[in-house]
Amino acid sequence: MIELIGVHKRFGEQVVLDGVDFDVREGETVALLGASGSGKSVLLKHINGLIHPDAGQVIVDGQNVVTIGRKNLARLRTQIGYVFQNGALFDSMDVFENIRLGLSDETQYTDAEFSQDRVTECLRLVNLPPETAKKFPAELSGGMRKRVGIARAIAGRPKYLLYDEPTSGLDPVNADIIDQLVKQLDNELGVTSVMVTHDVRGAFRVADRLALLSEGTMALQGTQEEFLQSDNPRVREFLERDFHTAPVAA
Amino acid sequence: MEGPARVGGTIGAATGETGCDAHWAGWTSVSWGSTILPMNAVLVFPRFIGRAVLGGFTQLGRFSLLTFEIIRGLREWRIWLPRTITEMASVGMGSLFIVILIASFTGAVTAFQAGYQWQTSLPLYVLGTLIVSNIVLELGPVLVGLVLAGRIGARYAAELGTMRVTEQIDALDSLGRSPASHLIIPRVITGFVMLPVLTILADLVAILVGWYSVKQVLPITDADFIYGAQYYYRPFDGYYSIIKAFFFGGAITLISCYTGFNTKQGAEGVGRAVTAAVVASMVIILVLNATLARVLLN
Ligand SMILES: Nc1ncnc2c1ncn2[C@@H]1O[C@H](COP(=O)(O)OP(=O)(O)OP(=O)(O)O)[C@@H](O)[C@H]1O
Ligand SMILES: [Mg+2]
Repeated sequence: MIELIGVHKRFGEQVVLDGVDFDVREGETVALLGASGSGKSVLLKHINGLIHPDAGQVIVDGQNVVTIGRKNLARLRTQIGYVFQNGALFDSMDVFENIRLGLSDETQYTDAEFSQDRVTECLRLVNLPPETAKKFPAELSGGMRKRVGIARAIAGRPKYLLYDEPTSGLDPVNADIIDQLVKQLDNELGVTSVMVTHDVRGAFRVADRLALLSEGTMALQGTQEEFLQSDNPRVREFLERDFHTAPVAA
Repeated sequence: MEGPARVGGTIGAATGETGCDAHWAGWTSVSWGSTILPMNAVLVFPRFIGRAVLGGFTQLGRFSLLTFEIIRGLREWRIWLPRTITEMASVGMGSLFIVILIASFTGAVTAFQAGYQWQTSLPLYVLGTLIVSNIVLELGPVLVGLVLAGRIGARYAAELGTMRVTEQIDALDSLGRSPASHLIIPRVITGFVMLPVLTILADLVAILVGWYSVKQVLPITDADFIYGAQYYYRPFDGYYSIIKAFFFGGAITLISCYTGFNTKQGAEGVGRAVTAAVVASMVIILVLNATLARVLLN
């Protein structure tokens, strides 16, 4: 369970989040939609405590992320996989080491055989060949980097997964594979996830519910039907524009 | 009249963030071009000092925070120990050539200058004393410190700065891993250990080269040199060399890790962090050098 209550965040003069309420139920996948610059990444970083809110509460797994203390936060973070928008791979390490660092359990991390198997397994899940393990991030394409980032986030089998635009920049085939992976982790392992995306079609296919962030607040959070039937002008505008441009973008 | 007013306006605008500065900014706009102008000019100075003091405290706070993180992270030795060993090997091997080069030239120049200053009324063995004590007490540790401030100070600030602006440090955090034990402790320990090691090497090389060089310019025998070197030599001189290097190493790595870790704003920010790290390390080395001389050589 992830819950944000009245979260405010500003950078200098710029108010990014202006009282955001957001919740993700256990085992659910919520797609977080919003225009570029609307604060989706900022919101996602509140969930694992990379950014502190100016006001409001962030509750994950029954714990208040803002006040929990650094030791408990570190422990909680091992339960939250985070896929960075631009990968954020460790560029001085090869792909194998990158994914292995995602094993938060220290005995698993030091177990050579286990980590080897798990890394190969995670690479397979994101549709990358095992040889990728020996490459360095600088030697990968943008889409491959993104998928290594996903592999790193899922390596430790977290209970929660936060994806920041996991499919942007991927070809349709691989975007589908990632969408399937998100769905599969959700269905088979009961992972609770938030997926930031621009791709409304993908969001409809994968997510149990959707949320639209706009002008610093949640315009709407609800099911696909609620979105399609909503007469909230902010929702209508976003859906119409996006459905309009989606075929071009694909 | 126009000059100070413009300066005041710029500072007020640039610091419009905090409540206190907003207040001053109001002052500036009211007084702009009016009769209160001299007053405004007078205010520029305290405002500047105020900002500098505030900034200083912010930096101090952040630095203490980082130090706490380092101390807390020391418990995770399973994580930092292997990384520290790799780092030490890399710094040691990487600095070997430059350290030997500097030590050789320093040794030679010290010998030639000692030869130049030497007078026939003095016994030849004094040269041994002069060369060895100059190198061990001052030149070895300080030159190694300054060169490594450029070499590893710049490297660490650039590495950590790049990791900061490309979110790699956030990524470590997001995995529940501590950036202190993964990134900072290995580098800081490397400084504390490798600077003394490299300084010992530099002292030895410089003394040997100095010994050889002084024989080229004056008819001093090996026995004279060794006698002179030992006659005034106290074991503390050697420790002093190592203690200095220890402090220099800690200062360089702590400062460069700190500036790198707190880098902001992209490539330009990394550049600024690197410059700040190198300049600050060099200044601190000079200050520490004087302080340690005052404290330990009495
Ligand atoms: N560390 C920061 N310092 C200052 N401003 C920031 C910072 N991080 C984000 N912002 C600002 O917050 C706003 C929201 O940024 P955010 O990255 O959340 O957008 P986004 O919704 O993820 O957009 P995109 O879809 O393009 O990734 C932006 O206007 C950005 O300038
Ligand atoms: Mg974003």
